[in-house]
Amino acid sequence: MIDWLLEGVPRRGLVLLAGLLAVLIAAPWLANDYLITVLIIILYFAYTGQAWNVMMGFAGQLSLGHAIYVGIGGYAAAALYVHFGVGPWIGLPAAIAIAMICGAIIGFLAFRFGVGGVYFAILTIAFAEFARIGFDHFRWVGGSSGFFLPVANYARNDLWNLRGNPTMFYYVMLALTVAAFILCHALLKSRVGYYWQAIREDEVAARSLGINTFRYKMYAVVISAGMTSIAGVFFAFYYNNLFPEQVFHISRSIELILGPIIGGIGTLFGPIIGAFLLTGLSEMMQELLARLGFDVPGAKQVFYGVCLLLVVMVLPGGVWPWIARKLGLTGRQS
Amino acid sequence: MAADIYLNVAVSGLLTGLVYGLMALGLSVIFGVVRVVNFAHGEMTTIAMYLAIVAFNALGLDPLVMMVPIAAVLFALGYAMQAGIINPFISRPEYSQFILLVAIAMIMVNGLLIVFGPDARNVQTSYSYDSFLIGRLIVDATKVYAGIATILVTVALFAFFRFTLIGKAIRACADNYTGALVVGLDVKHLYALTFGLGAACVGAAGAMLVLLVDVTPALGPAYTLLAFIIVITGGLGSMPGALVGGILIGLTEAMAGLFFTPSAKSMFSFGLLVLVLLFRPQGILGKRAS
Repeated sequence: MIDWLLEGVPRRGLVLLAGLLAVLIAAPWLANDYLITVLIIILYFAYTGQAWNVMMGFAGQLSLGHAIYVGIGGYAAAALYVHFGVGPWIGLPAAIAIAMICGAIIGFLAFRFGVGGVYFAILTIAFAEFARIGFDHFRWVGGSSGFFLPVANYARNDLWNLRGNPTMFYYVMLALTVAAFILCHALLKSRVGYYWQAIREDEVAARSLGINTFRYKMYAVVISAGMTSIAGVFFAFYYNNLFPEQVFHISRSIELILGPIIGGIGTLFGPIIGAFLLTGLSEMMQELLARLGFDVPGAKQVFYGVCLLLVVMVLPGGVWPWIARKLGLTGRQS
Repeated sequence: MAADIYLNVAVSGLLTGLVYGLMALGLSVIFGVVRVVNFAHGEMTTIAMYLAIVAFNALGLDPLVMMVPIAAVLFALGYAMQAGIINPFISRPEYSQFILLVAIAMIMVNGLLIVFGPDARNVQTSYSYDSFLIGRLIVDATKVYAGIATILVTVALFAFFRFTLIGKAIRACADNYTGALVVGLDVKHLYALTFGLGAACVGAAGAMLVLLVDVTPALGPAYTLLAFIIVITGGLGSMPGALVGGILIGLTEAMAGLFFTPSAKSMFSFGLLVLVLLFRPQGILGKRAS
């Protein structure tokens, strides 16, 4: 299994990966609390970007409504915890299942009726907006006034109930990111991964080669939805509050896809590099603006917009392929 | 009596829908020719709305008078966007174009947020509270003026595409890109012109919308979605489709606001969109894709 995973990966890449992982594991000893919370956000976006990448980067299906899976995952686990006292690790499979069903419904409707391209992207937005307004009127989970988890004291880490200090959340998020990375790597090397790439490159050709494109596109949506919902559970327990206007909002969906796009769509390192670049730069810029006394809402998003604009204009493949070339890592896993 | 309320709400929804339709018409024109989905459409609408508000507050100019100059400013903006940024993306994959326009939209909406702040703004004209009494029907004067102006702008646009040489050239580009190149049309210039025209529709619609709704920067993404819904419902790339879609969505939202709660009204538009995408993906008046 491990041999199979490592096959075709350049040695230099492995060394760099091990180094990065070592730094990330050691980070809580090296960094202060502020930096840890920034790293949590970075890993969160790396993870969700990886999950989105399964659908867009691997299978070529553009989803602009991924916030729906984050929201559904978060709300499902939080509702189980608040209303029934079910812990997050038990709630997690339920959240994943609900998000997967939701993904399956969207995918089934879209692919069965041949909705593709622009229309598919807009359909995903429509479902996310539908969910946003729906949850605004869903009283059982607080409606538009928000859904709150009981806030724990940070004296003691309770991993079982996901209550604790930022360091614990950091390691949970790191574990998730690593797991997602390995899963995506395995998926790309599997039969499903090759089918997805065939569909991404040319769906008609893929179908004429006998690939059941409907089924494999469904797999992509369902797997991506399930992975994304785990981030939602994390989000709910980390922030302890959920507002439909925030979690389901289209700007959340956009924010989530910026990392992989800037890093490089369809690559394994793209979402990670993208998350580091984007969150790192935006935190730095916010700090700078605060120092200059120019603290206005919207500045961060303008910055995101400019970054995105520059990347799509100058490096349409993303930053990672360019870095990989510079590092001499143009192996099979690019 | 009860029937009167429904009729009043329906007429008001229909007139508002017409203005939405004009905004969406811009999206449809752009997509029909350039084949790029303008993800910054609602953001451009809010820019036009803020222009109208600034003109009204600073100079006391009526938004209905400002419609033409604002449309001209938006035309220039649209032309510059297409000629400067979007033209190189014409042959790029779809998602690449999306992302480009999403980036532009983000810059626009948050730029407005920085300049104008998050508070809602509106204009109070001398005729803000006037209404016409037609039999037992009470119609807001602003909505009537806006509806009439929409129809005039649409007729002018139809005439332009139908009868002028440039209009014909643009239709030729839409029909056959390579053919248009072969006969020596300057396609890039025509694309920029089309994007400008689409933006001009947005400018006119935005100037009228300030009479009907309060504007906040957050309205941008909401209007982008609204324009998508209208255009897809009516038929992407079909000009009458945009107006029909606009009226339909205007009616649906007005009725949903009356029967359910106003805050849930867009759910019905999204529901309508999902149904259309599933059962008639080409839209009500759209032609089936070949």
